[in-house]
Amino acid sequence: MPIALEIVSPERLVLSRPVDMAVIPADEGDMGVLGGHAPMIVALRGGAIALYTGEEITDRLFVSGGFAEITPERCTVLATEAVPVADLRRAEGERRLAAAEAAYEAADKSDTTVEDAALDAIQAARAMVETAEA
Amino acid sequence: MPSLKDLRVRINSVKSTQKITSAMKMVAASKLRRAQAQVEAARPYAERMARMLGALAASVAGSPSAPKLLVGTGADRVHLLIPVTADRGLAGAFNASIGRATRTLARKLEAEGKTVKILAVGRKGRDYLRRELGSRIIGDVSYAGKKRLEFADAEALAGRVTAMVEAGEADVVTLVYNRFRSVIAQIVTEQQLVPAPVTVGADDAAPGGASFDFEPDEETILARLLPHNLSVQLFRALLESAAGEHGARMTAMDNATRNAGDMIKRLTLNYNRARQANITKELIEIISGAEAV
Repeated sequence: MPIALEIVSPERLVLSRPVDMAVIPADEGDMGVLGGHAPMIVALRGGAIALYTGEEITDRLFVSGGFAEITPERCTVLATEAVPVADLRRAEGERRLAAAEAAYEAADKSDTTVEDAALDAIQAARAMVETAEA
Repeated sequence: MPSLKDLRVRINSVKSTQKITSAMKMVAASKLRRAQAQVEAARPYAERMARMLGALAASVAGSPSAPKLLVGTGADRVHLLIPVTADRGLAGAFNASIGRATRTLARKLEAEGKTVKILAVGRKGRDYLRRELGSRIIGDVSYAGKKRLEFADAEALAGRVTAMVEAGEADVVTLVYNRFRSVIAQIVTEQQLVPAPVTVGADDAAPGGASFDFEPDEETILARLLPHNLSVQLFRALLESAAGEHGARMTAMDNATRNAGDMIKRLTLNYNRARQANITKELIEIISGAEAV
């Protein structure tokens, strides 16, 4: 049973089509979403979304974080930013990683939410570098 | 009675004004098309975000640890107003109506004994409000010279607002912007951002009334979603305002072009009359001169 996948970034609707399975980078580990999934709202970390048709990965998109709303019929990904992996630039990822690390150094570590946000940014940038390589 | 030369100069000057306004209209029209496409492209995200927020808020509502962005600081003392205007004028009443709405709102709030702070977005709004409410302006943001608004701009602005709310420097945040309804209609809209007015539409979100599971958990997601939602709302307002600005300018310049056309017609008529009168006068002089001989 296919599931209607939608990937939306603040600037536009990136993709909307049915897929057999989508693997999304949820906060606590990758998650395969098939049709008929239990309703869930999950936070995403930086990583690649893989779109499956049958057993084949047809497309991969990098998201730098966001949320996903899953119902039995559809999966809506609200990505902060969504880029097809083929268009991803490693240099850009490295630049961001350096910026995120600098921001982490400068961040006020007594505030856990600030520290977490900075760590998430580092993770997202690192994921971008890794995805761009692969 | 102006001389023929005066009239000629006048007509030429109005003609060049007309050329400028009609060029500005054309530029506004092409920018409008781009801005309108951007607004429409951004719409799905805002809609889905609202739907998700509705589902979340329904399950967290009433929790004592609910984040400040959702429930506010609990007080209602300091109001932060964010008027969104353009950086350039010549757009009819576009900027002035935002300025006026903000002033009215600020006066009303102050009459109720509340403190008003203003964060002006756009140069025209800042200039307008500086005259009367200068002491309330705590900062201003301008996107002058930017070709295209990006989400990161809205995020930076949202970060500033969030920091103020977290620090207790603002209790209620209201956005005043021009909503783009059509090319000729921009509607001044006051939208409360903090506390977030959550529309109870949670039932639509999960068909069959199924409730959502959350990962990691409601509060963590909400804590991340809310600042993001603020950025999204701001981004939308900025885009709507940008589209509205070009729409307003297009209408204003269209009117100006038409007015210039009317004026040219009137001046040309005057010019021709004066020319004719001159010729007649000269003829009479010649004829009466000949008769006298």
